[in-house]
Amino acid sequence: MTVCDLRGMIADVKAGTLSRRSFMQKMLAIGLTAPIVAQMLAHSGVAIAQGAKFAYKPAKRGGGGTLKLLWWQGPTLLNPHFAVGTKDQDGARLFYEPLAAWDQDGNLVPVLAAEIPTRENGGLAADGKSVVWKIKKDVKWHDGKPLSADDLVFNWEYASDPATASVTIGSYKDCKVDKIDDHSVRVSFPKPTPFWADAFVGVRGMLIPKHHFAEFKGSKSREAPANLKPVGTGPYVFEEFKPGDLVKGKANTGYHVANQPYFDAIEMKGGGDAVSAARAVIQTGEYDYAWNLQVEDDILKRLEQGGKGKVNILETGNIEHIQINFTDPWTEVDGERANRKTKHPILADKAVRDALALLVDRKSVEDHIYGRTGIATANFLNNPPPVRSTNTSYEFNVDKAAALLEDAGWKKGADGVREKGGKKLKLVYQSSINAPRQKTQQIVKQAAQKAGIDLELKSITASVYFSSDVGNPDTYTKFYTDLQMYTTTMTQPDAELFMNQFITAEISSKDNKWQGRNITRWSNAEYDAAFVAAQGELDPVKRAALFIKMNDLIVNDRAVIAVVARPLVGASGTALRPRLTGWDNTTAFINDWYKEA
Amino acid sequence: MIYYVIRRLLIAIPSLLGISVVLFTVLALAPGDPFEELATNPNVPAEVRAALRQKFGLDDPVYLRYWHWINAMVRGDWGFSFVSRVNVDTLILQRMPTSLFIIGMSQILALLVAIPVGVYAATRPYSLFDQVATTMAFIGFSLPTFFTGLVLILVFSIWLDWLPFVFRSDIPAIGWRWVWEHFKQSIMPITVLGLALGGSLTRYVRSAVLDVIRLDYVTTARSKGLGEKVVIVKHVVRNALIPVVTLLALQMPAIFGGAIVTEQIFRIPGIGSLLISSILANDTPVVMAVTFVFACLVVFFNLIADILYGWLDPRISYR
Repeated sequence: MTVCDLRGMIADVKAGTLSRRSFMQKMLAIGLTAPIVAQMLAHSGVAIAQGAKFAYKPAKRGGGGTLKLLWWQGPTLLNPHFAVGTKDQDGARLFYEPLAAWDQDGNLVPVLAAEIPTRENGGLAADGKSVVWKIKKDVKWHDGKPLSADDLVFNWEYASDPATASVTIGSYKDCKVDKIDDHSVRVSFPKPTPFWADAFVGVRGMLIPKHHFAEFKGSKSREAPANLKPVGTGPYVFEEFKPGDLVKGKANTGYHVANQPYFDAIEMKGGGDAVSAARAVIQTGEYDYAWNLQVEDDILKRLEQGGKGKVNILETGNIEHIQINFTDPWTEVDGERANRKTKHPILADKAVRDALALLVDRKSVEDHIYGRTGIATANFLNNPPPVRSTNTSYEFNVDKAAALLEDAGWKKGADGVREKGGKKLKLVYQSSINAPRQKTQQIVKQAAQKAGIDLELKSITASVYFSSDVGNPDTYTKFYTDLQMYTTTMTQPDAELFMNQFITAEISSKDNKWQGRNITRWSNAEYDAAFVAAQGELDPVKRAALFIKMNDLIVNDRAVIAVVARPLVGASGTALRPRLTGWDNTTAFINDWYKEA
Repeated sequence: MIYYVIRRLLIAIPSLLGISVVLFTVLALAPGDPFEELATNPNVPAEVRAALRQKFGLDDPVYLRYWHWINAMVRGDWGFSFVSRVNVDTLILQRMPTSLFIIGMSQILALLVAIPVGVYAATRPYSLFDQVATTMAFIGFSLPTFFTGLVLILVFSIWLDWLPFVFRSDIPAIGWRWVWEHFKQSIMPITVLGLALGGSLTRYVRSAVLDVIRLDYVTTARSKGLGEKVVIVKHVVRNALIPVVTLLALQMPAIFGGAIVTEQIFRIPGIGSLLISSILANDTPVVMAVTFVFACLVVFFNLIADILYGWLDPRISYR
């Protein structure tokens, strides 16, 4: 898919000969995410489809009773600049708001912003080095003080100060925020930045009031009383907070959107486990919404039969995939195994990697293990493909894999395991301890055995595997085995940060204390060049084409073998109409939620 | 007596110190990092994690960290949670009342079941009642609380839909309605804990009463012409309960331990569920504080048991 093809299709969408929906599906199939597609369309002047908008029915504020949310891990802190986990961000989002949020179709929706900056309205600079944000004029903090540009500047100062040690620092440290007037600011970047909608947007964009936090910037950040008693602009006003147990709020009568919120009070209960949370919503109806239900699909389906609630499945960029080690994990060079100077004795052979890709029975994994909560896919940069991809595809074919190996000179030995030049085709395949993962490992092992590859399965406790403990050899970033499998999460709607997992500069090694994000140690000059080009490419269409190319490179060279895409799974009562998104916090549009009478 | 108490308290200090050293070392050796989530999040630069580790003193050697901790603890500063950044004592105090309520009520329930059943079974050993009581007691203490908890939820919440299975610390009602709602949500966890305790207590009461009932003074009381009821209640039960009281006090820490599981199942915001979530999050200061509180309870209740024993049975003297 070239830039020309993309432009042609966008022209079709504009002319109305290709529907927005089918264009979106085609793009998803070649491995783009919804936000990237939406950006492309917006840039090309295609209006947001009206049908995609959420229909908010209530005609007055309040009257909806209490909205009861069940998060099986409750929020533990409510300052959005310290909120590491989604649970904390979701909790903070009840009270705090960003300038704009990402909806399920990947569109940027204004929240506190008066409008989304575009080239047409003068918000975006032609050189891609600055953005002007205008904020709504009638917004008040919960304590009655007006929201102004000073608050935005303060949030930037607060978050970018290393002494504050905020987790949002990544979004703020490289930009500069200047006040233009009381209701607009300019965000400037040192170099052309295609993904400008980071600071003040979505998960890391929630704004805290200057008048409550000004004295607690930097090293005194922990002492701010407002850390535990949020004062925001959101639809709900803070009432009570017990870390890990309860967050409570009541309707904000001065909320800046008319007729909202619908509910008089909100309650977010924490604790317990995912299965019983699903029960409390779907089976007994004690709660209205439950989050992050990592529960087997069979159980969810059985619960749904009661008719009291349903499961919501939201696409995200998260993907369960198998990584292939390109370095030799069994020989120590310069004090580390899997040193980047080494080459994997077996997996360096493309035929073996191709064979492995053919041996992963994604369809069975989807059908028998994940169900609706894991969708088979070939792409790494991903969304579930409703139509088969044009560039990449997946296939499960043991005979073809065996033939590939045979041709490459891997001959079967007496024990049924192939070998070549005295090297046995034996590989170690590790993952974290988690029932679906062990089942997937089994499925792959059985297929591999038939093709003459002997896979040794290894599973490691999640708390060790996913830790950053430099002293432990079993962490996923050290990757001291041949193959490994886990889910990598896409933490922001833009793909740039996600795709840096394969650039040469990010190779995980002893020098960077295994903090590098390129864990497979795959290195490809063409990919690196495409990545650098995408970083500075301001035309969303060209940029999308670059991301497609990068995805094709990793998938076709088998740096990773994608298994299933992991959507976000939640449950809601039948009467509840939640506006949800997989590209932002679950509670991003909590102001729009209502119950059908 | 006073000297005895003081001596016991003084002895408790080195043992508590020893416990704290062991706890701290084990926690320091355990894998994991409180800022793990930061490490796996590509949006957060590694420097933030490094700065936080340094700020919270995690890069110091273990003995130094222990020294800082014990120093602060002696001065009454329990530190703050790495996860929520709230002071640990606030967190514990926030959750203590709920835990105490559930544990206290389950103790009372256990006693209300165990004493009458145990005494009655002992007065008629090997009768049908005794057999049934024994069987029930064995079922009671051999079934783990997580199992009985789930069974109760399945029956009363899901099949019958009578009781809620999510415990709410903020019931939006006042007066009798509040009491009623609170009763409805507490009854399952209390029953689960109470019955697990009641089982072993029943057996204990029964054997204690059986020991006493054969003694000569009971025969004397009977031959004096006292009614059976008076003999049992005034003469037998009173003496038989002395060892039971000690058992109760000694069981206290075990109940706190058992409550951890029950709290998790019913989502009760007590210190047990605080401990579990802190362990999962590698939140060392909270884990340390909660386990230390448990350790203090063990020492404290041991002392109470000893003192009560002497008070109930004046033949025992303290030196």
